[in-house]
Amino acid sequence: MAFDLKGNQAGCLCFRAWTFFITAAAFMENKQIIDINNLVKRFPIGDGYFTALQGITLRFVAGEFAGLVGPSGSGKTTLLNLIGSLDSPSEGSVVVLGHEVSRLSHRESAALRNYHIGFIFQTYNLLPVFSVYDNVEFPLLLQKRDAVGRRKAVMEALDWVGLSHKAQSRPAQLSGGECQRVSIARAMVKRPELVLADEPSANLDAKNSHHIIQTMKRLNRELGTTFLFATHDEKVMGYLDRIISLDDGRVARDERPLCVNEAQSDSTAEENGHARRQARI
Amino acid sequence: MLAVKLAFKNLIGAGLRTWLTAAVLSFAFVVTVFYNGLLDGWNLQARNDTQAWEIGGGQFWHPQYDRFDPFSLQDAHAGLSLEVQRLVEQKKLAPLLITQATAYSGGRMINVLLKGIDADQRILRLPTSCFKTDSVEIPAFIGRRMAAAMGLKPGDALLVRWRDQHGVFDAREVTIVQIFTANVPSIDNGQIWLALDRLQDMTGLHNQATLLVAATDHQTPIELSGWIFRPPSFLLKEFEEIIRSKKVGSSIIYGLLLAIALLAIFDTQVLSIFRRRREIGTYMAMGMTRSQVIGLFTLEGGAHSILALLLALVYGFPLLRWLALHGIGLPEVADAVGMTMGEKLIPVYSAGMVLFAVALVVVSTTLVSYLPARRIAGLKPTEALRGKVQ
Repeated sequence: MAFDLKGNQAGCLCFRAWTFFITAAAFMENKQIIDINNLVKRFPIGDGYFTALQGITLRFVAGEFAGLVGPSGSGKTTLLNLIGSLDSPSEGSVVVLGHEVSRLSHRESAALRNYHIGFIFQTYNLLPVFSVYDNVEFPLLLQKRDAVGRRKAVMEALDWVGLSHKAQSRPAQLSGGECQRVSIARAMVKRPELVLADEPSANLDAKNSHHIIQTMKRLNRELGTTFLFATHDEKVMGYLDRIISLDDGRVARDERPLCVNEAQSDSTAEENGHARRQARI
Repeated sequence: MLAVKLAFKNLIGAGLRTWLTAAVLSFAFVVTVFYNGLLDGWNLQARNDTQAWEIGGGQFWHPQYDRFDPFSLQDAHAGLSLEVQRLVEQKKLAPLLITQATAYSGGRMINVLLKGIDADQRILRLPTSCFKTDSVEIPAFIGRRMAAAMGLKPGDALLVRWRDQHGVFDAREVTIVQIFTANVPSIDNGQIWLALDRLQDMTGLHNQATLLVAATDHQTPIELSGWIFRPPSFLLKEFEEIIRSKKVGSSIIYGLLLAIALLAIFDTQVLSIFRRRREIGTYMAMGMTRSQVIGLFTLEGGAHSILALLLALVYGFPLLRWLALHGIGLPEVADAVGMTMGEKLIPVYSAGMVLFAVALVVVSTTLVSYLPARRIAGLKPTEALRGKVQ
């Protein structure tokens, strides 16, 4: 299902103030961060093909806190990978920050990810031999930033996630929640326009899941970074401003639950998630 | 810098496996340096000894002289021109007259070469001054090996028989006045040294010589009419070929050691790329290009060589230095080899040879690290992130 930007502009007035300023400004400027048109993704299986995504048309603007939800095999991760230019479409187009993903060379794709896209993984994917500081510094080293700038940015990023005091710890010495916070800091340290999070709370308990999502929500609010999740975690859904439900590789629904309650707090988001779970039961 | 840091952290993080591989690699490096140093040392020692005792700065041969054909000696001699005599007086040339003879010692008949050399020569280290004695009629000296083979000692008389310039047999007793010790068997085995003028008298070849030995520290004219100049490179050709073949033989030993270490590195690399797919995917997701990831893994494998060199520095440097200072003693039987060989072999480690060994280890390690790492080029980031094997 395509999401009509213009049609939703009026509804955005009910966004929270911060969301309004960032998202509305982007709407006003028509700052589309992702533009997906008639996307089809097929994978070869034996002699035939498996169609993972079919006819996807979606647009995202800067500052969104959106999620791709759906059961396993619905195509969430595949879509996230295509947006992250880790894969290329079989048909249709995916334009990220003005770059048509299928036309990018390997080097250009790498540069797009290096400078503009942050990734958060379910399994954290931290480098075990590096300290927390080194892990967070890694993307900046790839950008060849100067040492002073790197140090400032790393400490700032660790500050955002509340792990400044664990800068010299190794990932093995951290809890799962702390590892995921390091992963967030690593994704955010380069101040990307877009962060793609693939099941970020799947390996965490409820308390840590809320903490992680709240951290990302705060960064989205304060820095205006666009967050796009692939999740089937009800707890995460409670925080999303926009939920795109995928079913069997197609967009089943595209809704903005937070628009109905402008003053919704983090605790309300938790309740939202709880209510959703109860409803499902 | 990032790649270097990451490579070394990953290597050190791998613990014992890294150190075992580095240890074998360092051993291969030390053995490579040792073997090459030993052969280079032997080569240098033999060259120096042969030049000092036998060939000097080269030899001028009579055109018919063939060192491998004793029958050529009958005709391989010529008179010394005034120019040659002047150079002999200036100690720039030492004439040698060589003739075939038979020695009778202890009831045995042994073919020998009689070599006449000027008692006043200073070019070769042979103890020619011992000819200046009036106590015996025909003074002679022989080498330690010859003395041992014939059971002779200083003061012993030895009957020798030779042909003179007309082919007529003659026989005299010579007296051994000195037995010298040299590392050069070709001036020792089967040779009896006499004073040049005495041998010229005995053979009737007055003022004649078979060859002229040039001084090493004098500018000798290369062109002497009626003589063919043979430089040290020509005279040592056979020996150097033996050394070269020894080097090939020894390279099999350190090549095997190197192959074991390289196999371990190759195995580690293949295993790394298999087990660390998710890490590879993460690098790609963070913005590393495939070539950067390949470079990272290649560097990581190649860094084994740096660890190995550091390890070799710790135990190899003192060991090799000690050997270079004290040498390696050779058993008595080494004399029977028939090649120029000292009582001790002193390894010589030239900068070029050490650099060759370093380059061999670093380049081969990097190459075997690169070969498995190339597979990353065909790895899809999405598959890698899932840790899936392709």
